Amino acid sequence: MSRDPLEEMFEAARGGNRRALGKLLTMVEKRGESAALVSEGAHRDAGQARVVGVTGAPGTGKSTITGRLAAVSGASRPAILAIDPSSPLTGGAILGDRIRMDNHVSSSAFIRSMATRGHAGGLAVAVPDAVRVLDAAGCDPIIVETVGVGQVEVSIAAAADTTVVVVTPGWGDAVQANKAGLLEVADIFVVNKADRPDARGARRDLELMLDLGHRGGWRAPIVLTTATEGEGIGDLWAEIERHTAHLHDSGELTHRRCRRRRDEVADRIELELRCRVDQIIQNEPGATALGRVDRNELSPAAAAEQLLSTLDPDNPPEG
Amino acid sequence: MSDLPADPSLLLDAESEIPIRVVLAKLGLDGHDRGLKVVARTLRDAGMEVIYLGLRQTTDSIVAACEQEDADAIGLSMHNAGHLTLAPRMVEAVAQAGLDVPVVIGGIVPADDVATLIDFGVAAVIGPGASAQEVVSAVSAAVDRQTAAQ
Repeated sequence: MSRDPLEEMFEAARGGNRRALGKLLTMVEKRGESAALVSEGAHRDAGQARVVGVTGAPGTGKSTITGRLAAVSGASRPAILAIDPSSPLTGGAILGDRIRMDNHVSSSAFIRSMATRGHAGGLAVAVPDAVRVLDAAGCDPIIVETVGVGQVEVSIAAAADTTVVVVTPGWGDAVQANKAGLLEVADIFVVNKADRPDARGARRDLELMLDLGHRGGWRAPIVLTTATEGEGIGDLWAEIERHTAHLHDSGELTHRRCRRRRDEVADRIELELRCRVDQIIQNEPGATALGRVDRNELSPAAAAEQLLSTLDPDNPPEG
Repeated sequence: MSDLPADPSLLLDAESEIPIRVVLAKLGLDGHDRGLKVVARTLRDAGMEVIYLGLRQTTDSIVAACEQEDADAIGLSMHNAGHLTLAPRMVEAVAQAGLDVPVVIGGIVPADDVATLIDFGVAAVIGPGASAQEVVSAVSAAVDRQTAAQ
């Protein structure tokens, strides 16, 4: 794709054209040459939007909260990026987050569902690109919602200016939560379904855990919500704004965004290397080496070392 | 642009591997969504990405989802005998938005109405007895025809 049609698409997307923005997002999701062009194009105009990550265990009410948040933000052009897993067996996916949102979100919100498409490393690149495109199109805030299971999903939600972690009453004690790796990424906690018994108990567990220590000048507040009724969502948005102000005042915002960009550089290199590894394994010299591993003539360690040397730029793989 | 990868084919997910994206919805007042949930599962198992909108959608909300999600097809499930009214409205709304997206109808549609719906511009009608394979084939054929026509 030449540069001009792309420029036109960006301009249309900035003007609020949903189709153009939808197409741009598809392009960055596809990866390859056009994705790189779109990513570069977006990079020039991005950096304005607030990025909020929402994560938590399945069924805690993330999508409902996300939809309500977009509505109460009062923003003219909020965007939601809702990420759901692809089936590892078929590559298909059921992206069902919109069903929890449409009723709540004003027609101005741009909602995009994204499937993980099997490549954890790919998602780590596709999501920042998608956020960049939404940002360049003038959307603000951008709310990224992921299931809080698995390192990659958690880290994607954590790669935000403000990360909201959602739990429910009866979610387990602090030990469980620590295991999931969710707690250290939280800037704000939400105890959703607060109309259920023991919402206060869940809050107390979190308070106790926060008493043990928290990061740099910000103690994560705990907000009780009943998202289906919209209760507490205004308070949650107020806490997000308070955190945004804290990020600005403390200089933490610059620090976080720098770290995010640095991480993305590493993620992109990792993805590229991962692709090369697949290529080496699937073609020569990998096939021969793996055959020898099959026949037990070569140890896995020796084969890996041998193949690793083909990643050397001075010694490019053949074929 | 010299800092771009010299060979984009090194990146994963060649264009051809992108899954078909289908928006599934119940249009209007019609609470029978079990069939649609089965279809969602069937299409997922065939490797498609299903954007599930569920109950009580409008032509506007479906068009908006289609645009935002850059969907390849719309699947509507109809069990309220409203298909002759609602399906043409959907086709019209899609055309009015300038979208090139086929509309596939499933659910309870009397055999006599199928030809009428096709005349209205519906891409395919999938009846109650359809096998999983027939559902998948109907959707992918509709997407293929649309892509070829562009």
